Amino acid sequence: MVKPTAVTNDIRALRTQTNEMTQAELAALIGVTRQTVIAIEQGRYSPTLEMAFRIAHALGRPLEQVFHYPVEDAR
Amino acid sequence: MSTILDIESAWERQMTIEEKGVWIYGILAVVVPIVYFVSIGGQIAGRSASEIDYASQLLTAIGAAIVLAIVANIIIAILSPKEAGMKDERDRRISHLGERVGFYVLGVLVLAPLALALLRYDQFWIANSIYLASVLAAVASAAVRVVAYRRGF
Repeated sequence: MVKPTAVTNDIRALRTQTNEMTQAELAALIGVTRQTVIAIEQGRYSPTLEMAFRIAHALGRPLEQVFHYPVEDAR
Repeated sequence: MSTILDIESAWERQMTIEEKGVWIYGILAVVVPIVYFVSIGGQIAGRSASEIDYASQLLTAIGAAIVLAIVANIIIAILSPKEAGMKDERDRRISHLGERVGFYVLGVLVLAPLALALLRYDQFWIANSIYLASVLAAVASAAVRVVAYRRGF
């Protein structure tokens, strides 16, 4: 499968570190469906900047600890 | 941990209520016109286009697709009440993508009925080519949205 976005994230790992937060719990916190959380975790959906900030806030981390972008590769 | 992963893999197989709606839209956009065109196709042989009474069947096909879509969406909402009305930013962006694709497809295909009208073909061909153009736009829109949900967006 071709990944539609170069943005990667550590949401799955960070959820586990955040009191074993489930996808449904994170989805409820940020106001999206759990399928959208799954799509973001799998790199099938690149969230808006606002949504990215909300996810980072829900996980109690700064944005750059949650999402990564390979700047060198993108040039 | 494995329990959490098991639950998550089960979730992955599920669709949002919006995606289910797209599937219904797409299936109806294929099935209803096929029934209509097969029915009309059977009447074309040995007749001129102006003799075919297609208007009532065309309106029935359009009406049936609308009513069936509403009924199916109500059933889906009843079956998954927690998700009913739940539409997030991913749903909205995929919906916009589908609308855009449908618009472009319709924009191109509408040239066919325009050409038929300019060439003074019978209304039968003009009306049916408009219907076919809108059907193909709906199918393209649904297909793009399903791919966006499944493959990524």
